[in-house]
Amino acid sequence: MSITIGKGIPKVDAQHKVRGDTIYADDYTVPGMLYGKVLRSRYPAARILALRTARAEHLEGVHAVITAKDIPHNELTARFGQSTSVGVQFEGIYRVMADQEVRYFGEPIALVAAETPELAEQACQMIEVEYQPLEGIFDPVRAMAPGVRQVAEKPQNIASHFKIRKGNVEEAFASADVVVEGAYQVPYQDHAYLEPESGVAWVDEDGTINIRVSSQVIEHFREVAEVLDLPHSRVRYLGTWIGGGFGGKEDITVESFLALLAWKTRRPVKLTYTRAESLLTHSKRHPFFMEYKTGAKKDGQIVAVQARLISDAGSYSALSPWVLLYATVNAAGPYHVDNVWVDSYAVMTNTPITSAFRGFGAPQVNFAYESQMDEISHRLGIDPLELRRRNFLRQGDSLDTGWVYDRPVAISEAAEVAWQALGPKPTSPNPQVAIGHGLGAGMCSYGRLTFLHDTSRSYIKLELDGSAIIRCGVPDLGGGQGHILCQIAAEELGLAIERIKLYITDSQLTPLAGTTTATRQLYMSGNATLKAARILRGRMLEKASGMLSVPVEDLEVQAGKVLSKSQPEKSVGLVPLVNRMSTEGEELFVESQFNAPFTSIPASEVIEGQIHPDYTFGAYAVEVEVNRETGALRVPRIVACFDVGKALNPVIVEGQIEGGGIQGFGYALTEDMKIEKGVIQTPSFAEYLIPTAVDVPDLETILLESGTGLGPYGAKGIGEPPMVSIAPALTNAIYDAVGVRVTSLPATPEKILMGMLAQEEGGG
Amino acid sequence: MKKRTITLIVNGETFELTVVPNELLLNVLRDRLHLTGTKYGCGVGECGSCTVLLNGKATLACMTLVVSVDGKEITTVEGLGRYDALHPLQQAFLDHSAVQCGFCTPGVLVTAKALLDENPHPSEEEIRQYLRGNLCRCTGYTSIVRAIEAVSKEAGF
Repeated sequence: MSITIGKGIPKVDAQHKVRGDTIYADDYTVPGMLYGKVLRSRYPAARILALRTARAEHLEGVHAVITAKDIPHNELTARFGQSTSVGVQFEGIYRVMADQEVRYFGEPIALVAAETPELAEQACQMIEVEYQPLEGIFDPVRAMAPGVRQVAEKPQNIASHFKIRKGNVEEAFASADVVVEGAYQVPYQDHAYLEPESGVAWVDEDGTINIRVSSQVIEHFREVAEVLDLPHSRVRYLGTWIGGGFGGKEDITVESFLALLAWKTRRPVKLTYTRAESLLTHSKRHPFFMEYKTGAKKDGQIVAVQARLISDAGSYSALSPWVLLYATVNAAGPYHVDNVWVDSYAVMTNTPITSAFRGFGAPQVNFAYESQMDEISHRLGIDPLELRRRNFLRQGDSLDTGWVYDRPVAISEAAEVAWQALGPKPTSPNPQVAIGHGLGAGMCSYGRLTFLHDTSRSYIKLELDGSAIIRCGVPDLGGGQGHILCQIAAEELGLAIERIKLYITDSQLTPLAGTTTATRQLYMSGNATLKAARILRGRMLEKASGMLSVPVEDLEVQAGKVLSKSQPEKSVGLVPLVNRMSTEGEELFVESQFNAPFTSIPASEVIEGQIHPDYTFGAYAVEVEVNRETGALRVPRIVACFDVGKALNPVIVEGQIEGGGIQGFGYALTEDMKIEKGVIQTPSFAEYLIPTAVDVPDLETILLESGTGLGPYGAKGIGEPPMVSIAPALTNAIYDAVGVRVTSLPATPEKILMGMLAQEEGGG
Repeated sequence: MKKRTITLIVNGETFELTVVPNELLLNVLRDRLHLTGTKYGCGVGECGSCTVLLNGKATLACMTLVVSVDGKEITTVEGLGRYDALHPLQQAFLDHSAVQCGFCTPGVLVTAKALLDENPHPSEEEIRQYLRGNLCRCTGYTSIVRAIEAVSKEAGF
């Protein structure tokens, strides 16, 4: 009988969050604290001819002004958590501050620490920067051509290039009965977490820099130490409960600045970005330009997919190579296709940094391949669900890398369940309003790339009164990443969840659990915690066996006790059991490490074999109402169905799907980040429109539990996957309603209207 | 700038404060009264994370000069329930998992209280309309709306 698993137990962190008691990064103050501020570039591409800081330094109340020349190591090779070199394909630089040249609008040029935020701001304004503007490179497609000015250090603007070469696409296209081709474009997306980037740093009496910061990656302590030329052991991250991340707090944000300012002033320093600063300068989802060609037989069998993907890698490559790799591996989607040819490129431009965002390359290609599937379904007159069913990946089929997927795949079931739940299309009561239904299916990995050799560690200690402490370096973004470890430990050890203390994200005290990215924490830290709990449970059963004279195999753990399965009257309570263990010198603590499957580094740009540990599959079915006169769109229904393996806490899982689905809704319909010559024109929530409560319907969620995941109890990861496949479901529904194929997101009323007008002119 | 002494009644407690005319209610609550439950999300009245009740009405603390609320009653998230007894909305947000990162939660809870005080039995559409100024990036709003609906159906509301 399950004690906690499968139950919608409220999250341990929600208890303090509803009271307003949670101390987020900006809520923390330290006596004697100064305030930091960043001076940023006003040009997207320029040489810095002179940088004069003397006036700012002499302003009363200013304690430090720092520029690139003051930083021990201003440039590092950008890492992705890997401990060994994985090749130049994947490398770029992380530069703390611009030195001699700026590459993007908003690039940091100088740091100030002062007594008040106002003084820090004033000091920034007193720093004089002389720029010589350079030709800005803003179009990634043009930037690929030879002879174009180089944005970065690489010998060309193409930062990374990957290939898929599966089968023989030329022959397959020749054999196809129908071939569809299309060009697709997807835009920037901002994470738009409600908590702006923030942190506080101070230097301890022994010279350790402590950084209390909202970050998805506490392992960045190593890079910050390298920036300052300090031993890794002299920088400590104290992660906070994070006010939203979605990948935007995966790269370093304020931490290097805080460490530099605290180190120089030997005073505590706080730095919180304004909303405009956050929107203007933090990384975005990569815009992609995609050309797709798909060939099918009359019966709907897809025989070939060819894709050319160009991603705008921005001004520093950050995680662009990795995102591109994910997109490449996802290019043919959750389908079995024998012949796949992909060429993908990440191209540097003088535009904002592009990096991790929920989905990590999967939503971009998903929009293209699911639009193609919809076209084929219309061309062949095969129902959209049926066409997909004939092609969905099944156990034993291979992905586009040729890796044979030998686990059960519930994608067909997920698509069918979602589509059936949406039901028949209602007739519109208003002739001005056309109703459409659309389907989108997708896949998304969970767990990091297998050649990065991912690990996580977790620690559990039993207390004498039967309570327990979990220590794990898991950053919690609000998805229950920390809480679920408590549910796992409670299940295995028979503990009441409220008697477990969860201690997370202290890089010097919590076992390092890796990044809260890549939908990996339940899989990795969940398994590490399960492993630790099972070792402790083994010790408990062993001891109870002796105390009760019952063989271990006949014992089970229930809430607060261990008892005999065959003679339930024979039992021992948790408290006497733990006390006996303690008295007899048993170790009441365990630290465990979980290792993901390891593979070798890709030998060339041709990507083959296993790249990820596993994938989560799911589908959206949506209903839209399009106003034929104005193009205005309303979405009355969204149904999501995902195979989550096992829902350890169904309410949290549903929340991930509801939130991810609506984030994808924004990507598809409302979030229109305007950028002109490298400068974002929409740096506020009044201009960059994330969905509000009135824009969206209740998202209907259906969970499938195949039990086939690699996580604890057969769970799969669900953090990122819901971001994938809602966008094409919506645009396919628009096509179904009014016959307009939207090929660039967001699908604004204007685009829909222009499409309808073009049809009329074309006599359609 | 000329300083002024004002009185604020925050969560039932009276505070006398000397302030300058351009001080914002948000900063006074957070930095001087240490009520950090009220959040800075945008500073320009676009996200709702700083929502408080001003004489019972939902108000954006980031857009409110503190001198303009002299003598008025303010309720922040910390004043919704007692430490040993959550407000029914707080309990419902727990039960329906309407809290993910939690950063928008204080503002949403306070707005929901203003709504139910005004209209104890709102329709789903009325709930959504009332929440339109409170951005949430984690939940997609489904669980939040459900939690508020659940409270409105409870006895006593």
